[in-house]
Amino acid sequence: MPNENNISRRGLLMKLGILFNGLVATALAVPVVRFLLSSVARGRAGAYLSWVPLGRVNEFPEGETRLATFRNPFVGPTDGKTVDTACWVRRIGAEQFQVFAVNCAHLGCPVRWFPQSGLFMCPCHGGAYYRDGSRASGPPERGLFEYPHKVENGLITIQAGELPTPGASAALLRKKPPCAS
Amino acid sequence: MRVLAQVGEWFDRRLQLAVPIREVAEHPVPRNTASWWYVFGSAALTVFLLQLATGILLALIYVPSAGEAWSSLQALNHDITLGWFVRAMHGWGSNFMVAIVLIHMVQVFLFGAHKFPRELTWIIGVFLLLMTLGMAFSGQVLRFDQDAYWGLGIGASIASRVPILGPAIVKLMLGGPIIAGATLSRFFALHVFVIPGMLIGFVALHLVMVVKLGINEWPMPGRVVKRATYVSEYHELTKKDGAPFVPYAVWKDLFFAAFVLLAVAACALYFGPFGPTGRPDPTVIQTAPKPDYFFLWLYGLLSYLPPSTETPALLIGPVVAIAALVLLPFLSGEGEKSWRRRPIAVLTVMLIAVTLGTLTHLAGYTPWSPHMNAWSGDPVPDKFLHGTTALQRQGALVFQVKQCRNCHSLGDLGGQRGPALDSVALRLTEDQLIRQVIQGGGNMPAYGKNLSPAETTALVAFLKTLHPRTQSPARDASRDMVLGEEQNRRQESQR
Repeated sequence: MPNENNISRRGLLMKLGILFNGLVATALAVPVVRFLLSSVARGRAGAYLSWVPLGRVNEFPEGETRLATFRNPFVGPTDGKTVDTACWVRRIGAEQFQVFAVNCAHLGCPVRWFPQSGLFMCPCHGGAYYRDGSRASGPPERGLFEYPHKVENGLITIQAGELPTPGASAALLRKKPPCAS
Repeated sequence: MRVLAQVGEWFDRRLQLAVPIREVAEHPVPRNTASWWYVFGSAALTVFLLQLATGILLALIYVPSAGEAWSSLQALNHDITLGWFVRAMHGWGSNFMVAIVLIHMVQVFLFGAHKFPRELTWIIGVFLLLMTLGMAFSGQVLRFDQDAYWGLGIGASIASRVPILGPAIVKLMLGGPIIAGATLSRFFALHVFVIPGMLIGFVALHLVMVVKLGINEWPMPGRVVKRATYVSEYHELTKKDGAPFVPYAVWKDLFFAAFVLLAVAACALYFGPFGPTGRPDPTVIQTAPKPDYFFLWLYGLLSYLPPSTETPALLIGPVVAIAALVLLPFLSGEGEKSWRRRPIAVLTVMLIAVTLGTLTHLAGYTPWSPHMNAWSGDPVPDKFLHGTTALQRQGALVFQVKQCRNCHSLGDLGGQRGPALDSVALRLTEDQLIRQVIQGGGNMPAYGKNLSPAETTALVAFLKTLHPRTQSPARDASRDMVLGEEQNRRQESQR
């Protein structure tokens, strides 16, 4: 057949060479992609989340909302101060708490608590929330993000470890705090 | 001199670059393109080279670690000789680069240079714009301060809105579950290796095409681009009315490039480097993060979009905008080049410029943000308290203490999130005031649970006094029907 005559030995070797390179590249791509996506794969099953102590219950007066800080459970070698995280702790009753992320549910700016007017206000785009974290006004589509929490032996602990963002909120909401169940 | 020529010859025998370089330098360009309008492309390249040089200098000191980046910036600003100046040049160079790329793009569009056969040059230019913006954003992240930290949070919040993949994209962007060391490291890699590498490649392609396809001729009304004839017409034009690029046109590029470098240096000297602002410590929440100048319009837009449209606008908007820019040369690849015959093109540019300009201007003083300290910092001006009763003054106190001032101004002092209340009594009757305070609405929170009945009474009594002396406050006209106008007036003034 005339077609076969067109394939020279060198042409075939070149094509085989390209194929060989393609195979090697594909094989090498596997570790490269796995390396690049490691932060995604690792966090898939909520592996970044763990329970972090916030402090003793009596550090938070009843009926008030206080800023608390905790160290993110997942710490890298070059993180510096960025792993120290703030959250708003509202003590409703003796054992009844709400723990809010400081990140606004709109675009994540840090909201501030104003006890006099009972509002959380965001400095970026003017989102406002009531004392129970529900949306009061402004661009946020929902209330403040809440960390699941539990009170044991006079110690309040929260489940934290991921930056709360509006997109991840659905997943966060599904996890009911243990004391609410 | 002879030795020099001999050395040159020795090199060229081996490199064989003299001929192609001469060909490129002396390629004929239409005479009327040797214009001051045609200098922005080379100016953008000049600033890019400046950014490469100053960037390398900064990398000698800068430490891309979340724990140390901020301190290394402080060292650059204060400890290292002229470190502040190099930082300022790089920062101002960044602003100039975005500005010049935008001006270049507008000029190219208005001169019809995106039309056949320069479609691909335009599309690569669009990618160059996106990469320039990518450099500007990632550069702001490397200035690892409070603004950078919370700016990353804003970026993550936007990225998280992508359906299904959102959380994964956030972790990929942050390099982990939170904004931390890995985040800065990957933005460093983007800013220093990935995007500049792509920029160098795309700039080279862009330039090759400019040389191969020839510089866009000065657009003449009536000289219409047709795919069949354009190339031969262009060649005829350069043959008949052409001149070698060097030196005929290049001197204007050279002068403008030097002028731009001087302008960057002048800004750097006069205004100094950008930041860094406060240490990137997430437990310090007393901060109002703001993006750099060229992203302010986006910051403004995000506060005006109604909540329900925000996610679709954020996700679809950029895709539509980029698609429109890429498709532009295919949709209008032929026809008139002159802006004089393209009114819609001119109006589009003006509309976009006015929109971006307005949003940027608004983001300069963020009328949508509450003034967090107005309630304690901005007193009620005297004139609003003259001749008031004890109850009304008590109301003024409630007005301050309950942080109404954070969103409402009096005498031009205070927040602008809500309407100014200098003459609120003209707009709302007593009943309406009570309803608004207690139930909120129209973007105001409800204060019903945070005000006792006595506080509400006092507050409304104060608000009722807020009207010009010469105008009487709003009255509920429906009561006139029941009580008679006289009686109603009297009752309202007694309350």
